[in-house]
Amino acid sequence: MIARLSSPNIQLNELGKLHHFLTLEGLKQHHLIEILDTTKSFINPNTNEIKKVPLLRGKSIMNLFFEPSTRTRTTFEIAEKRLSADISSLDIQTSATKKGESLLDTLWNLQAMQADMFVIRHAQSGAAQFFAQHVAPHVHVLNAGDGQHAHPTQAMLDMFTIRKHKGDIFDLKIAIVGDVLHSRVVRSQIQALSILEAREIRVVGPKTLMPENPEALGVHIYHDMEEGIAGVDVIIMVRLQNERMTSALIPSEKEFFKLYGLTEERLALAKPDAIVMHPGPINRGVEIESMVADGSQSVILEQVTYGIAVRMAVMSIIMSNAAQLSQYKAEQVAQTEQDRLQEENA
Amino acid sequence: MTDLNINVDTLIENICTQLQQQNTLKQSPKMIGIRTGGEWVAQVLHKKLALPDPLGVIDISFYRDDFSKIGLNPTTKPSDIAWDITDQHIILVDDVLFTGRTVRAALNEIFDYGRPASVTLVVLVDRKGCRELPFQADIIGMSLECNKTIKVTGPDPLNVTILETKEKQA
Repeated sequence: MIARLSSPNIQLNELGKLHHFLTLEGLKQHHLIEILDTTKSFINPNTNEIKKVPLLRGKSIMNLFFEPSTRTRTTFEIAEKRLSADISSLDIQTSATKKGESLLDTLWNLQAMQADMFVIRHAQSGAAQFFAQHVAPHVHVLNAGDGQHAHPTQAMLDMFTIRKHKGDIFDLKIAIVGDVLHSRVVRSQIQALSILEAREIRVVGPKTLMPENPEALGVHIYHDMEEGIAGVDVIIMVRLQNERMTSALIPSEKEFFKLYGLTEERLALAKPDAIVMHPGPINRGVEIESMVADGSQSVILEQVTYGIAVRMAVMSIIMSNAAQLSQYKAEQVAQTEQDRLQEENA
Repeated sequence: MTDLNINVDTLIENICTQLQQQNTLKQSPKMIGIRTGGEWVAQVLHKKLALPDPLGVIDISFYRDDFSKIGLNPTTKPSDIAWDITDQHIILVDDVLFTGRTVRAALNEIFDYGRPASVTLVVLVDRKGCRELPFQADIIGMSLECNKTIKVTGPDPLNVTILETKEKQA
């Protein structure tokens, strides 16, 4: 059911370019490469510093977080500020919807406050898509995580981090370890890795935390951690999503760590220069041991920094596409007018 | 009818002579080239003047005033200035000065890095007569009426060609 929540094309405009950013499903390699290349242009190659630029001055961006978030929300806010946009962040849990206002009424009110872009996180899968279907044509929607469906900017910052350390994703073996069933991040990561044609995508975890038909995702399934991470270039650990578990799917956190926790000994089974990633928040001693999380192969905190630049890239590409579309439409109108005049004169 | 190749070496010599006649070089200046053509010209000048600090490069794509009309330049690269701009004497180099909009964007970007002591604008070619903003170069390799279109290619060899007419180019 989740896989069909987004029709592939609602996020593309008439020119086939990003208008919203809801999911990676249905996007082409060139869409992803454009995001990764643009991200690079925001980062100083010597210092990793991300400078403020006046690109989105005068644009109004609203962050609507219906679900708690630290990293995503903060990095979106920083990204918006570094693009010089005017921003408002609404903690909807404590706001109008509590007073009985419907979601759409809230949305339309915020739109009436002249928002150009909404960044939305919601516990319901498909929420961002729902918003995108109901906003005015000039308003853009970015999915900052919807239920168990998608978290596309997180996946793109992961792709950027991989590319930065390991070069072309085409050549790489990547293992994703942990709670695959509940993770929107993993869904988006698998889509991104498939679009970028990763050599091998492995998914490692207990049967109870795998989706019903994992092979359909085009990945290799491992239930044994040691086998799953042997010889890989990249290990992505994801946390147990206790808040989304409706029944006891694992015996205990201790047991989970024993079977699937990333320890130094296990890490030694991967390639010697393998990198360790985690979208956060990390649960030390549950899916990853501190020595690894803080070790020399860990790029977990770099992921957070690149999250700022990736979100800047996505937002500026979307606004850029909108500018190019209106320019294209204006030219079309001018051309039609010219043709009409020529016909009249003939 | 035919395009005209300009001798770039002469223009560079010209610029170096003018810089030496001014006070700028005595103030241990640092140089910044504007990507792409300005960077090429700056590389030649930077080497010729044997400036000790690394050449800075700025990409003004994020500072253009026509973003809301034409969108993002797909070939944007990060600006790269390895030293602190504050209180430095800057030689800002571009290949062609035309409407003045690039210089406006470049100055805005430079001031986002810090407050320079001074900025000296050096251009290889000044296309005069079509300025849209009040900017003039301090040092000019050569001047040209703006109805003439030119093409700069580089970085090695760096070439400047005057194309026959503006209409032809369009």
